[in-house]
Amino acid sequence: MALLRLAGRRLALAVPGLLGVIVVTFLLNRALPGDPAAFFAGPAATRQAIEEIRARLGLDKSVPEQFVYYVRDLARGDLGTSLTTGQPVLRDLATRLPASLELTLAGLALAVTVALPLGVLSATRPGSWVDHLARVVTTAGVSLPIFFTGLLLVYVFYFLLGWAPAPLGRLDAFSTAPRQVTGFFVVDAVLAHDGALAWAALRQLALPAVTLGLFAMAPIARMTRASMLGVLGSEFIRTARAAGLAPRTVLVTYALRNALLPVITLLGMVFSFLLGANVLVEKVFAWPGVGSYALEALIASDYAPVQGFVLLMATLYVFLNLTIDIVYGLVDPRVRIEA
Amino acid sequence: MSAVPLMSVEDLSVEFRTRHGVVRALERVGFSIARGETVGIVGESGSGKSVTAFTVLGLLPPAGRVTSGRAVFGGLDLLTASAGQLLEYRGRELSMIFQSPRTALNPIRPVGKQIADVLERHANLPRARRRDRVLELLARVQIPDPERRYHAYPFELSGGMCQRVMIALAVACSPALLIADEPTTGLDVTTQAGILDLLGDLSRTAGMATIMITHDLAVVAERCDRIVVMHAGHVVEQAPARTLFARPRHPYTARLLASTPRAGAKLADLTPIPGAVPDLRGETTPCRYRTRCERAAAVCDRPPLPREVVAPGHVVACARPL
Repeated sequence: MALLRLAGRRLALAVPGLLGVIVVTFLLNRALPGDPAAFFAGPAATRQAIEEIRARLGLDKSVPEQFVYYVRDLARGDLGTSLTTGQPVLRDLATRLPASLELTLAGLALAVTVALPLGVLSATRPGSWVDHLARVVTTAGVSLPIFFTGLLLVYVFYFLLGWAPAPLGRLDAFSTAPRQVTGFFVVDAVLAHDGALAWAALRQLALPAVTLGLFAMAPIARMTRASMLGVLGSEFIRTARAAGLAPRTVLVTYALRNALLPVITLLGMVFSFLLGANVLVEKVFAWPGVGSYALEALIASDYAPVQGFVLLMATLYVFLNLTIDIVYGLVDPRVRIEA
Repeated sequence: MSAVPLMSVEDLSVEFRTRHGVVRALERVGFSIARGETVGIVGESGSGKSVTAFTVLGLLPPAGRVTSGRAVFGGLDLLTASAGQLLEYRGRELSMIFQSPRTALNPIRPVGKQIADVLERHANLPRARRRDRVLELLARVQIPDPERRYHAYPFELSGGMCQRVMIALAVACSPALLIADEPTTGLDVTTQAGILDLLGDLSRTAGMATIMITHDLAVVAERCDRIVVMHAGHVVEQAPARTLFARPRHPYTARLLASTPRAGAKLADLTPIPGAVPDLRGETTPCRYRTRCERAAAVCDRPPLPREVVAPGHVVACARPL
């Protein structure tokens, strides 16, 4: 009950934030250099043709007027039409979002599976070889720029070793996408009982997911280690030991659950980073996600997709933070009371 | 006192490796406790009271090292026992309660569950009975409305209440020995008395021996059978409580008594102990109270530190006792 109230309150608090995002994205896009009308009319267009396009795009109106139209369209669920693809932005985003989410979630899952045990191990054996290995791996993970890690992985595993398929999107040229259920190709292929297709999709996913995972691993492992060390030295762990509880119970039920509190907060931040980092990784691996879509639109001075993308990300952040708050409330009873 | 003590600590020395050199935190500490007996360990901060308790339980931090001695409990030397053996003993045969009970409990686990964890580990109870047993325990430490408190988190309970939970957790498996490390520090005075009475009650009814660690002589005065006085890692005097208060033989004990408020005494009668607990790094003098002692003489520098039995059960570690 307290948890529901917490969720409701956080959701209400998100509304002003979203309104702010709408205003800022609108203004930011108007402030961008370049004239979309001229861009789409082409270099050979006459002045009159450009003006016609400008009128069709509504760009001949004053900025406040444009904003009113923008908000009115938003309320109707109309994010505008992309000039490059000729499709409604909402439809473009909807078809591309699963690709981005699949990649981000895979990267995050990978990072958590490696980083959590690594952090716990290096906290329970500080100064051991596991600790040093963790330090080296995580330092390398953050200090290399993400597109560089991606290119390096492609070079080693595709070009030199030939283990990975060509970095050309979610599936190779010979496969067709599975029937859409979740939008995640690997999951959908498994649901369709198509093992070969699932494998093909997984092979495509591996390198970009590892690239993101390497990047996300560092903060998670470091935070887990630091937090675990702090908790292991605390008084209630001493109590648990004095009561003769099994080492496993002390480590997992008592220490790890407490140590996870700051890690949960961090996971939310890492997830946001990854959504941003996606833009570059999608570009390197020709991944048809929302990031590469927005990047291409930005280069083409195509406002609507960029606005749609930023709005989508902001909404994702809001729901992400809400999820983190709820998970935090589930783990830490003290948060529930504050709500 | 029965012939075979419940636990006897002999010749116990502990060192800590620190950034500033080796600290000899305990040097040849020895005392014993009989079944059902209540022994007070008294001394200033840094005298090694808590280190003694942690060593016995095998809970020394990694920097600490036992260099000599034995702690025999029920025929087993706790200092050489395997980790597995110690795990079986801790919580079942001997357990411990700590100061600042609020932070000594897991902040995100209901207190009832924390007690149930101990029962699950040591007591052979079916799952369904475990809960009833926890409620019994909560009632026994006089927590009102145990049914509701079972699901409470430490932050929802007062400090005194948390200490009661802590006690319930420690006595859950009816240990033969309970070590209470400053159990009332940080609690208000009325709560303090309540907690001490509860501990006395439990040890009387269950025949549980208790080691009461405190810096406050007033706390142990009427509740302990015997008192062990520690100073800078040495046991300087141990005696039956009555004897110790009536006729202290070690100059430090005498000073400690003079600095403790008593009913009917004036503030001006209280005299502080001069100096501070000496630096225990590197070599130390045979008597570690020497620099603070008004009776110090040349004989005090002659090793080893004497340990004189001045009366049955009354031992003084002083070359020039009062």
